[in-house]
Amino acid sequence: MADDEDIILSELSDDELVLQMQDDLYDGMKEEIEEAVEILLERGWAPYDILTKALVAGMTIVGHDFRDGILFVPEVLLAAGAMKGGMAILKPLLAETGAPRMGKMVIGTVKGDIHDIGKNLVGMMMEGAGFEIIDLGINNPVEDYLDALKREDADILGMSALLTTTMPYMKVVIDTMVQEGIRNDYIVLVGGAPLNEEFGKAIGADAYCRDAAVAVETAKELVARRHNQH
Amino acid sequence: MPTGDQPLNDQTLTDQEIAPVKSGSTLLIACGALAHEILALKKLNGWDHLALRCLPAKLHLFPEKITSEVARVVNEERENFNSIFVVYADCGTGGQLAAYCAEQGIEMVRGPHCYAFYEGVDAFAAHDDEITAFYLTDFLVRQFDAFVIKPMGLDRHPQLRDAYFGNYTKLVYQAQTDDPALTEKARACAERLGLAFERRLTGYGDLIRELSRA
Repeated sequence: MADDEDIILSELSDDELVLQMQDDLYDGMKEEIEEAVEILLERGWAPYDILTKALVAGMTIVGHDFRDGILFVPEVLLAAGAMKGGMAILKPLLAETGAPRMGKMVIGTVKGDIHDIGKNLVGMMMEGAGFEIIDLGINNPVEDYLDALKREDADILGMSALLTTTMPYMKVVIDTMVQEGIRNDYIVLVGGAPLNEEFGKAIGADAYCRDAAVAVETAKELVARRHNQH
Repeated sequence: MPTGDQPLNDQTLTDQEIAPVKSGSTLLIACGALAHEILALKKLNGWDHLALRCLPAKLHLFPEKITSEVARVVNEERENFNSIFVVYADCGTGGQLAAYCAEQGIEMVRGPHCYAFYEGVDAFAAHDDEITAFYLTDFLVRQFDAFVIKPMGLDRHPQLRDAYFGNYTKLVYQAQTDDPALTEKARACAERLGLAFERRLTGYGDLIRELSRA
């Protein structure tokens, strides 16, 4: 999306710079994103506004184009790397500046599965939307999930699997939550390439999320619904 | 569409469908990645009743499309053969291919994927310490760029290697043939991915037993 002319980021107006950041994010230009984040901070922008109006908005475009088959995994990974660079600057500042807190999510790939690209994207976008993320990494047995949910007093459990051989383990986790009488204490979201809505329903998850953007919207909606019920 | 009576090169098998030679009473509908091995076994065992039609091996990059593509070919060929045998394992279809074959009364290869049936489905399942292994077969070593490097964008963005392979520890080359040049290529693939290298001479494994049912 970017043209070849040299663009001096600091010479752009705020509106132009935000649009340029969305372009740079689309093109996976991490250094430019980091520079632009610093410029907006110097101009007095609130970290939360930079996160949502530039980074999350840009990454949402990336997500849509991935969903529509315009972008592919390599480009999404580069964009995510650029966003990560910007978030690394903003993250320590967000807590200090009273950014909204949406809830806490424990997330990890299931036992036997080491494929974490989708999980990492979801974690990053959830963080961008104001959720606190407890990332358990890869290959998690049921006890790791349950310990973290209790220890962290989390709201949401997110499980991810790429393999048809590992995705049934999600049911093991949910069944264990039912046995322990804690299933309804948490929102359970599942995702991964071989899953679908039918599978999510069959194993007793609250929702199957086909991509990171859907995960964020679903989490917001279900958290709001829970708050209204309590 | 090229046919199975012409010499088949790996690029053709990766990208294109291969039409059957119209002889034989049983049609094998197979993944292009298995064509060389199936033809070798057919010749070795004198299985003249078998005809072969291959789907592009690249279909593996979109496993959700495998079942519908197999179904399309079944519909096209059903009238031309006495029986059909599907030479795919589950191959990431999440049981959909097995469900389709059961519904149609068609036999297929048992097991989760070719890595399992080359090594032997039971022996493969016994490896509970190999979740960090990345497997290649003869075909995949030869077509490494087409199946790994290019679709993952590693030719254009080598810095993404660890995002894809950071959680893997070793590359296991399951050799169907004892070919030193191919072994060296597989070793180079492992180096390129930053993984330890292991070679296992599996031969054709369960594929022989499975095809003998066809």
